[in-house]
Amino acid sequence: MSKIRVVHYINQFFAGIGGEEKADYKPEVREGVVGPGMEFNKKFGEEAEIVATIICGDSYFNENIEEAKKTIIEMVKKYNPDLFIAGPAFNAGRYGVACGTITDAVNKELGIPVLTGMYPENPGADMFKKSVYIIETKNSAAGMRKAVKSMAALALKLAKGEKIGTPDEEGYIPRGIRKNYFAEKRGSERAVEMLIKKLKGEEFKTEYPMPDFDRVDPNPPVKDITKAKIALVTSGGIVPKGNPDHIESSSASKYGKYDISQFDDLTPETHETAHGGYDPVYANEDADRVLPVDVLRELEKEGKIGQLHRYFYTTTGNGTSVANAKAFAAEFAKELVADGVDAVILTST
Amino acid sequence: MVKEIERAGIPVVHMCTVVPISLTVGANRIVPTIAIPHPLGNPSLSREEEKALRRSLVERALKALQTEVDGQTVFEE
Repeated sequence: MSKIRVVHYINQFFAGIGGEEKADYKPEVREGVVGPGMEFNKKFGEEAEIVATIICGDSYFNENIEEAKKTIIEMVKKYNPDLFIAGPAFNAGRYGVACGTITDAVNKELGIPVLTGMYPENPGADMFKKSVYIIETKNSAAGMRKAVKSMAALALKLAKGEKIGTPDEEGYIPRGIRKNYFAEKRGSERAVEMLIKKLKGEEFKTEYPMPDFDRVDPNPPVKDITKAKIALVTSGGIVPKGNPDHIESSSASKYGKYDISQFDDLTPETHETAHGGYDPVYANEDADRVLPVDVLRELEKEGKIGQLHRYFYTTTGNGTSVANAKAFAAEFAKELVADGVDAVILTST
Repeated sequence: MVKEIERAGIPVVHMCTVVPISLTVGANRIVPTIAIPHPLGNPSLSREEEKALRRSLVERALKALQTEVDGQTVFEE
């Protein structure tokens, strides 16, 4: 039997092309394996082989989603693969969105099985866990070996059309699909067993996990913007020059609160970005490109807004856990309320 | 962060380039921006043109803040 043909998608970083300065790298296809593909081929053994690797910059993909999808699908098609895999993306947000988008698109357009891998908090996971299999990985490339092991095993099963087990058995992120099966014990018995475990304080496993929707209803609009106090918040890591509080370039453990009352314009002498998840050249040249202090000051002078709030709040959004981000904002939102802020503009990179 | 600010009772507009992420996270008022490393700017324009572009985006954000929405809304031009 001939080997299963696999096409692999990776970003510019894992291809060894470069970091953020190369994130606008356009799709390129290379014969054979590149980067993490080697580990996949090892695990595939005699059964499958990566015949081509597609490389695309994370920013390029996310800023040109439709175009990137089209180009990459054409590239995949040429190799006539039996299977398409992407990543793993760990907790890299743009990479995860790219992996989810492209696996979903290849599956829909070419009808072949697809698979990717990422950390459950990666935004790409929530977006695509229902449509594609996503192996759950650690939040950094330190988890590569384990990720590749689980991905390769599930990939082979998918390519061979074998029966896929539960998320627990295979290691993928639950897709919200229910399958009927015959249980050995009837429902009432299982329910009583679960209840007893719960009463004893033992670990028990629900048969029907509740979906985790965290939605907040929109607040009513600002009535009179010319009287409103507006605050700026950013996940783009803008900080006073020198990053006085040492906010981490990724996986932030804190946020900063800085006075901008003396600034009409942010300049390379006064502000910069601490963010390590995008090319910092443009923000360092002019931080207004991320935190628009200059135009808000202008609008304030013209009386188009009431007032620009004296402080802005900032952190770096890359790799920062949802729990941290939530805690930061829950804390400073109280201050914003206490300071009489009427509306917030939050910018993200 | 968008959701926590909204939860605290303050209307908030999210200005970002990758709109699908914002939708997934749960922002209610969204204004799409230019590019990931420079959401509110474009280094290939002149200083004046770039500032005009930034101003138009911020004005759209202000408009979003003054608009009643009953769910997630993307404010395209």
